[in-house]
Amino acid sequence: MTITIYINGKREILECQPGDMLTEVLRKAGYVEVKKGCDTASCGACTVLIEDKPVLSCSYLAVRADGKRITTIQGVAEEAKKFAQFLTAEGADQCGFCAPGFALTVLSMKKELRNPSEAEIRHYLSGNLCRCSGYEGQIRAIKKYLEAVHD
Amino acid sequence: MIDNFDSIPPADSKTLKATQKFNVIAHDIAKIDGEGLVLGRPAFADDLAPANALYVKLVRSPHAFARIISIDPSEALALPGVACVLTWKDCPRVPITRAGQGNPEPSPHDRFILDEYVRYVGDEVAVVAAEDEATAEKAAMLVKVQYEVLQPVLDFEKALDNPIVIHPEPEIHEMFPIGFEPKRNIAAAYNMEIGNVEQELAKSPVQVETTVHTQAQQHVALEPHTAFSYIDIHGRLVIVTSTQNPWHTRRLLALALQMPLRQIRIIKPRIGGGFGGKQHIHIEPYVAMVTLKTGKPARLALTRREVFEATFTRHEMRVKVRLGANSDGKLNAIDMQVLSNTGAYGEHALTVFMVAGSKTLPLYNKVNAVRFGGHVVYTNKVSAGAFRGYGAIQGLTGLESAMDELAHKIGIDPVELRRKNMIHEGETSDVFRIMGEGTEGVAMTIESCKLEECIARGKELIGWNPDRLVWEVAPGKVRAMGMAIAMQGSGLPLIDMGSARIEFQDGGFFKLHVGATDLGTGSDTILAQIAAEELGVDVESIVVYSSDTDNTPFDVGAYASSTTYVSGSAVVKAARSLKKKLIEAVAQKFGVDPAFVIFDNKTFKTLNGSKSLSLYDFSFDTLYHDGERMKTIEATESFTGAKSPPPYLAGFVEIELDKETGKVEVIHYVSVADVGTPINPNLATIQIEGAALQGIGLALYEDVRYSERGHMLSHNLMTYAIPSREDVGRITVELVDSYEPSGPFGAKSAGEIGIDTPPAAISNAIRNAIGIRLTDYPFTPERVLMAIDKAKTEGAN
Repeated sequence: MTITIYINGKREILECQPGDMLTEVLRKAGYVEVKKGCDTASCGACTVLIEDKPVLSCSYLAVRADGKRITTIQGVAEEAKKFAQFLTAEGADQCGFCAPGFALTVLSMKKELRNPSEAEIRHYLSGNLCRCSGYEGQIRAIKKYLEAVHD
Repeated sequence: MIDNFDSIPPADSKTLKATQKFNVIAHDIAKIDGEGLVLGRPAFADDLAPANALYVKLVRSPHAFARIISIDPSEALALPGVACVLTWKDCPRVPITRAGQGNPEPSPHDRFILDEYVRYVGDEVAVVAAEDEATAEKAAMLVKVQYEVLQPVLDFEKALDNPIVIHPEPEIHEMFPIGFEPKRNIAAAYNMEIGNVEQELAKSPVQVETTVHTQAQQHVALEPHTAFSYIDIHGRLVIVTSTQNPWHTRRLLALALQMPLRQIRIIKPRIGGGFGGKQHIHIEPYVAMVTLKTGKPARLALTRREVFEATFTRHEMRVKVRLGANSDGKLNAIDMQVLSNTGAYGEHALTVFMVAGSKTLPLYNKVNAVRFGGHVVYTNKVSAGAFRGYGAIQGLTGLESAMDELAHKIGIDPVELRRKNMIHEGETSDVFRIMGEGTEGVAMTIESCKLEECIARGKELIGWNPDRLVWEVAPGKVRAMGMAIAMQGSGLPLIDMGSARIEFQDGGFFKLHVGATDLGTGSDTILAQIAAEELGVDVESIVVYSSDTDNTPFDVGAYASSTTYVSGSAVVKAARSLKKKLIEAVAQKFGVDPAFVIFDNKTFKTLNGSKSLSLYDFSFDTLYHDGERMKTIEATESFTGAKSPPPYLAGFVEIELDKETGKVEVIHYVSVADVGTPINPNLATIQIEGAALQGIGLALYEDVRYSERGHMLSHNLMTYAIPSREDVGRITVELVDSYEPSGPFGAKSAGEIGIDTPPAAISNAIRNAIGIRLTDYPFTPERVLMAIDKAKTEGAN
């Protein structure tokens, strides 16, 4: 079967099986910025935006995405570059495997929460695991980023 | 030849703040691959696999111990799209080790790529390859395997001399004496004694004995183990893989597949975290077998469950420490006896176990006698392997728990007890000389040790008050503090070697080729910083390419905290050598002696200023314009450490403990470290922050649990919890001013040391909170509550 999705502003018709999860279908179509870390919706590496909301694509059936708007980190590259400056300035990008999913979630948080406290930031992002950084550097980066892009 | 870098640090530099004298070193340069990673550009092995690659799936054992009676692949092979099914009969019968270590490996060769026996649930039985992933999965399920199920040995306390022998096969062997006695289920053993421990203990007025049991731990690098392979135009096997050690991988594979080394090329792309978990060959043999069999590219990405069930864990250990001291706290003797569980195969068995002593006992170097010994035993659990901390964390947890028990017994501040006994600059320990990496060690005098400064600053940051190490914050809720100190190493002296090649390019930039292996730590970046500093250019002038056995010079890989010290020193040497060659070439062009040419601000000048040539112009001259003088200007250099200067760290913790629920929360963790000059303070700090959280995870949350029949129960991220962003209050890391004369620009290592203190510091804080020493990790609410209840019951009796 096929699904039609609107990914990063582009219309794509993709082959898939009824049981396929969105992560695999996107990666096979070349959207390898969507990473596969755990298979159990635990780590956040596979995060994409579906209709502007962060979703864990590893446990989202590809067929459900039919007709929907999907954004990967590449679809918000300019914003992501800006955030990357702050993340790398703290050295908190580290191995970077979780980074695309993590950065997408940060950009969503920026839209959703106004002046979030540190506890709110940690809570919003608690589904994005990182084994390298210990999170502290990421929190430093997020705070500085939010301050800088605050409108 | 050993190079000690006598000429690098100026004589007066030892106490200078690093930032005062460097242009690039000790600066927070952003990781050179950072933006690309955040944007998710194709970087990891699975991102790069060719579209026509066969998908590889492994049939794994459902039994903890069994003999394979038969394997029938016919149904699987009948499935359209299936390319091959390979079994132990398709493998060379050559015992190997999967441990990425030097040659000869200190791990026993006790494993076959595929074997007639399976020794843990998840052990590889057969390799299936198909044109698409779903077919490969389906085919793997259709492979019919008949097993003779054997009784497993699951409890490592019962493994030694158990009538069930896990490794009866005759071909397996050790590469040199490591105490290997497979008939007794012993993978390795070691004993040493300096002085007379029993005598010193007997005459010590104060004695303590503490036993701790540290559990297996999972690495949980976010990227699962992933590789793909293909045959190149020359008919050679190329494997792109998430490995920490490309050269060891090539060497081990050549043995396993009985191929000449020259026929194999290993490339490490970006990898998504390692922590020691990718210091082994787990996946490479299987993609290679498929490619060799079919001639087609093959890809394998383990599922998270496979990573849990069938890669390696940390070695579970029981560590018994006995201390003898005078009533003022002066230590007379330390005895550390260890039982380590290597699981089904003996990867890193001896060395992790030895590091439990060799990288902890020298902390207290003023004892009259010290003893270390024990066994590493086989069980039918998934193998243990390398993991950040590498034994030091286990040994230290025993030692530093015992030190606090001693402080309680004597009634002194645990900080003061440590200060009274710990190592200082200018001192040594016989342990350095006696205990090495499976062999004898290397004698070393400590030239940089700022433990006093680490402790003083740590006390300030946590607010340490020895008279108030526990206080009530609400009915039933207490806060408490604890601490521990640690050391690690910087590479394996006289064993680890790293190399670097720098080549001058048109446009005036430099290619830096290193065998060193960036796991996501940022080592490519710090090696570029080192090259830039030594050459006197900016980091942007250095283009780094790393970890490719065909195209970069040799390096043992990223482990044992070696990259900054060993590979970094090779970069210093290569840059120095290249600079000399550049100046010589320009001097020839100027027609003057090289002593009269200086290089500054990307310009060559004669001392008197009469002649001047930009680096940019010279780069075209040497490659395009200078006739017979034209040449590639490059330098390749290697380094092996004559010593392994330890970084040091003081860890302090404030916890909150709920006596009603048993829950322990880390409110604040403070790590103050002496890593020498931090080449990149941000990246060094993050290493220690990340390591602290991994250590806290070991102390409080993470546990590898099995069913009674040896099935792993904690095989995904829901049942095996690593700390999330919300679990820990605050982690504060500071680096003290330090300079290691033998290191590149004064640097030591930073990658492992941060994980060592949390288990002991948290144990010590809990001891202060409730007066009970918990001994079984992790300290779950159930265990804390049971300990409190047990103490109440015993108190009532």
